[in-house]
Amino acid sequence: MKAVCWHGAHDMRVDTVDDPKLTNPRDAIIKITSTAICGSDLHMYNGFIPTMQPGDIVGHEFMGEVVELGRDVKNLKVGDRVIVPFPISCGHCFFCQRDLWSLCDNSNPNAPMVEKLYGHSPAALFGYSHLFGGYAGGQAEYVRVPFADVGPMKVPDGLTDDQVLFLTDILPTGYMAAENCNIQPGDIVAIWGCGPVGQFAIQSAFLLGAERVIAIDRIPERLQLAKEKCGAEVINYEEIDPGEALKEMTGGRGPDACIDAVGLEAHGMGLEGFYDKVKQSVRLETDRPNVFRQAIVACRKGGTVSLAGVYGGFLDKIPMGAAFNKGLTFKMGQTHVHKYLRPLLNRIQAGEIDPSFIITHHLPLEAAPHGYDIFKNKKEECIKVVLKP
Amino acid sequence: MEQASSNTPEQEATSLSETERWGSLITGGAMVLTGLSQRSLRGALLALAGGSLAYHGATSQKSLTQQVTEATGLDKSIRVEKTVTILNKSPEELYRFWRNFENLPTFMKHLKSVTVLDNNRSHWVANAPVGNTVEWDAEIITEQENHLIAWTSVDDAQIDHSGFVRFQLAPPGRGTEVKVVMEYSPPAGIVGATVAKLFGEEPEQQIGDSLARFKMFMEAGEIATTDGQPAGR
Repeated sequence: MKAVCWHGAHDMRVDTVDDPKLTNPRDAIIKITSTAICGSDLHMYNGFIPTMQPGDIVGHEFMGEVVELGRDVKNLKVGDRVIVPFPISCGHCFFCQRDLWSLCDNSNPNAPMVEKLYGHSPAALFGYSHLFGGYAGGQAEYVRVPFADVGPMKVPDGLTDDQVLFLTDILPTGYMAAENCNIQPGDIVAIWGCGPVGQFAIQSAFLLGAERVIAIDRIPERLQLAKEKCGAEVINYEEIDPGEALKEMTGGRGPDACIDAVGLEAHGMGLEGFYDKVKQSVRLETDRPNVFRQAIVACRKGGTVSLAGVYGGFLDKIPMGAAFNKGLTFKMGQTHVHKYLRPLLNRIQAGEIDPSFIITHHLPLEAAPHGYDIFKNKKEECIKVVLKP
Repeated sequence: MEQASSNTPEQEATSLSETERWGSLITGGAMVLTGLSQRSLRGALLALAGGSLAYHGATSQKSLTQQVTEATGLDKSIRVEKTVTILNKSPEELYRFWRNFENLPTFMKHLKSVTVLDNNRSHWVANAPVGNTVEWDAEIITEQENHLIAWTSVDDAQIDHSGFVRFQLAPPGRGTEVKVVMEYSPPAGIVGATVAKLFGEEPEQQIGDSLARFKMFMEAGEIATTDGQPAGR
């Protein structure tokens, strides 16, 4: 089959590889009909995710048709059309049983590697380095899905791939980021990053009762989408200092909650941005936490900072004094996708959300390297690429 | 937790109070290896078994080589302690699976096979680097049904090996805690580094890995793997 393989920083190739095989009794093989490039795939593309090996098949946002089932998968049939959550979760451990699916104990064969770094291992992820399990991803024609009796969800007739594909990751991710803000009536939510997750976080914050949402980015077409499609007020951080602006726009109080929808490759401004870029490039610092820092300082006293953007390693110069003395709450983590599938599907069916509005490019799987290039470099006003195998 | 100690396993005189002391260490909540200090695990397990047990372990005099080895500190044994918690399985269920030692290679990658010889004795074959194997007979020293199994290698084993596994209820709703403590001691004249070679470079990771796989098998019904999957290389 054809699959998108990582061969090094800025080197994604479409290779011909073996087809995946059923390995465990709870496996399924899915023939992929749609698969997207995620912002977090760019961290691999840019070479910031450790333990990648040349030839690894990437991709964790995918859906398709069941073609083969292991003997213990009873709830699916060959031919079913399914979406697949990006965390791999067993469904039976302490964490899965408490709806904390991205913290599954039993899916990562390389857990000891992660334990050395994090103390404990979270769930394995599709196509996202050997640290996170080393599973082949879904930017391919076929994929093996472990624990297929608890992960994949059947898609009702009448919904297109474009309408449901983002249930696999970014829609629940934006939603969980907003849910973590514990939004109360009258709340103003600030969101850094108007990429796909940021757009969904804006919509979710409104769905959960936010009074106003203020979105921060520097890319004109993304700010425009946030404003016109999602109803946010916007700040272009290259034009004005978001800290000042947020304070003025919130009556001096600061936003009640702040969402970081950017993560470890934030673009800082001025001397601070230069400092992180240099440190990260010589590996003294693994992540560039400019957004996280800004959010802590901007947030109102007693407010919540919710992290949806990915962090992987060690962060420098975090203003803990501000966070502590303002009594902030931090909420974060990989998304517990399984928990949100049904409720968000219901919202899609009810017409409350149509996630397809973020798609700017449909490309054949063979064009994946081009897709990575335009997505990373924001060429052709690219916001979201969907690949069609 | 992994540490080296300079004790050679040997039978030590046991008294009632000693039995109690080792009993509370081995069945309590503290770090077992820390509590053991300079005592060999095997000695502690034998003490726990007490006089009542019909264990016929080694009583032979130490050879000159062995005495020299001990004196020069070349007999460092390798000790490992690892614990996991397994949800929705009782100590009884886990004990029963483990007590059939022939099940162990299912989740212990380094074991090639275990053959049960009789109720107390079993024959173990482990994979060693460069295609070699290490074999030994093990004997149960003491056991408490549904709770504890302690074993040791018998005389003239290629490798002196003792250990126990303990199954203990976690707080309500949290499952069963499974603790494994093992000690590998080099036979006379072989230095500790050789033991590491025979059992892989990182015994701690090996035992940790085995327990993680035991937990996967018991909780998820299968062991997560990426073996045989495609890649562009």
